Amino acid sequence: MANTTDKPKTGGAVQTTGHAWDGDIQEFNNPLPTWWIWAFYLTVAFAVIYWILYPAWPMGKGFTTGVSEVTFESGGKEVTTHWNTRARLAHEMQASDEAQRQREYLERVASADFNTIFGDADMMAFAQSTAKGIFGDNCAPCHGSGGAGVTALFPNLADDDWLWGGSVDDIQTTIQHGRRGYMPPFKQTFNEQQLADVTDYVLGLSGHQVDPEAAKRGQAIFQGETGGCYYCHLTDGTGRKSQGAANLTDAIWTMIDVPGAADMDAKRRLVSGVISNGVTRIMPPWDGRLSPEQIKLLSVYVHELGGGQ
Amino acid sequence: MKHESLEINSGLLILFTLIAISIGGLAEIIPLYYIDDTVEKVDGVRPYTPLELRGRDIYQREGCYTCHSQMIRPFRDEHLRYGHYSLAAESKYDHPFQWGSKRTGPDLARVGEKYSDAWHVAHLEAPRSVVPESIMPGYPWLLENELDYTSIEKRMRALRMTGVPYALTEEENQANVDKYGPEVAAKLDITRADDSLIEQAIARNYDGDPSRLTEMDALVAYLQMLGTLVDFSKYEQGHFAEFR
Ligand code: HEC
Ligand code: HEC
Ligand code: HEC
Repeated sequence: MANTTDKPKTGGAVQTTGHAWDGDIQEFNNPLPTWWIWAFYLTVAFAVIYWILYPAWPMGKGFTTGVSEVTFESGGKEVTTHWNTRARLAHEMQASDEAQRQREYLERVASADFNTIFGDADMMAFAQSTAKGIFGDNCAPCHGSGGAGVTALFPNLADDDWLWGGSVDDIQTTIQHGRRGYMPPFKQTFNEQQLADVTDYVLGLSGHQVDPEAAKRGQAIFQGETGGCYYCHLTDGTGRKSQGAANLTDAIWTMIDVPGAADMDAKRRLVSGVISNGVTRIMPPWDGRLSPEQIKLLSVYVHELGGGQ
Repeated sequence: MKHESLEINSGLLILFTLIAISIGGLAEIIPLYYIDDTVEKVDGVRPYTPLELRGRDIYQREGCYTCHSQMIRPFRDEHLRYGHYSLAAESKYDHPFQWGSKRTGPDLARVGEKYSDAWHVAHLEAPRSVVPESIMPGYPWLLENELDYTSIEKRMRALRMTGVPYALTEEENQANVDKYGPEVAAKLDITRADDSLIEQAIARNYDGDPSRLTEMDALVAYLQMLGTLVDFSKYEQGHFAEFR
């Protein structure tokens, strides 16, 4: 070690604690720096002021409540109470600048119908910015932050294909009450041949080159009581909205990535897989968790994601 | 007494340090024993069912609390994002509580019934399969591991000793029936814990695989009840400020 002979901070004689270790190791006994001492006195003063202003010391059955007060409205009455974070939150939710400004917009949204909202640039800007946050906190974990969804699990909200309808009213109903997409598994119903036939018929509906004989046999199953597919997917395959059944005649798939499959065999495997296993998908209801205004804003936002009708 | 005598006498220094620290501690702890307003009077809070309790154990075992808090603070931003702030009453049967102080992920105090069971299973197995931006680790073994519930009775007995109203006697069971209704009371009966655990798992099939009872069943059952017990629409805004 270098020979560090620190000078004492105060001039004059070196003050030490008086000990000597190992013969010559000594310890200075400098006074505390003045700034430190003052900082300490300041914290003491701060504590005393805090005790006076805010709830602090336990006393008997209660506590010292401090002299600070908060006023808020509860059940139509004005309540004034000692300062506490819960009362302050109620006050902030009711009377802060941000809350008041937001409430102004929310009241306008609440009383306007969708057409008025779509026609009002100011309200649309509010809907876009507010609903983006609500969507991110609540919907994005399933539907993705851009609404693209996850094949098989959560539908794409940004395209113009809708299971339950793409009008803004349909979307609002979906969000309010949730949806349960259900298709029974046909594993037990069909033998291998029937499954292959109906698969070819389904692929033919969207313009794929399939075996016409097989598709014909499949059609009988699809449109007849053996499969009963027509009940949900309709005889033309476009899907019954009240069942949330997929449109089988277009190039957009929600359960399986048919366009991405390598060849016809892979496509057939995907389609027959869905038919054998069926579908159960749940979209949770948001009534109660989100306010009616928030749901209205979200409906507008989802409608504008790309495919609203 | 000169300050120096404190500094050079370690026994005395320890004593006075303890006194100084205790003042802060006691001022916070003692009032909890006699101010009866600290735990809000509120309807709906019940102890965990056996299945949820096992789920909670797995939550702790996997260290979910290192990234997730379960404490919504009374601030406007948290209120808007997560919902009503957490009440003391809502964690009165938590031993130990899971409030936490680290939020790498979102608060989970009100995550119950926000998402579907299928989402939780997919997300816990491989978070990035549903949330591409996620930095949460995957827990695929939860789907593989059979749920071990051999010790469920002992766990409930231990919690009963801390004051959680799990029932051992007919009398305690009756008290639960009066308080929570027969359906909930049956799930709080220690002597029927095994049956009610299996019953709940079968009834909802949380993990999507009806043939097995996995750790995923238990964890999802726990997550799906978080923050759902109190119906806040029954209370005026600001009602709970009274308890502060
Ligand atoms: C737990 C996952 C989950 C969350 C969270 C979720 N959804 Fe969904 N959503 C689904 C599923 C699954 C479906 C498809 C239901 C079906 O198969 O019929 C769906 C369907 C929809 C549809 C109908 C799509 C169509 O084609 O008709 C809309 C609109 C929608 N969700 C909007 C939202 C909004 C807005 C939110 C946020 C408030 C949200 N979802 C949150 C899972 C979720
Ligand atoms: C009870 C109503 C119902 C019946 C019956 C039904 N389906 Fe479906 N099917 C659905 C629903 C609902 C979906 C969409 C899944 C979802 O998003 O919830 C669907 C999806 C599909 C898909 C996937 C489409 C895609 O876009 O990925 C195929 C293929 C399909 N059905 C074929 C059939 C065939 C073949 C039959 C008859 C053997 C049949 N369905 C019977 C309700 C039904
Ligand atoms: C390394 C930190 C980390 C750990 C450990 C962790 N998580 Fe997460 N968790 C996250 C992050 C980040 C998110 C947000 C992104 C996402 O949804 O995946 C998240 C999201 C979640 C969500 C969705 C919350 C919401 O409201 O959207 C749930 C539920 C969840 N985690 C449960 C768990 C459980 C249960 C465990 C333990 C088995 C766990 N997490 C462990 C970081 C973590």
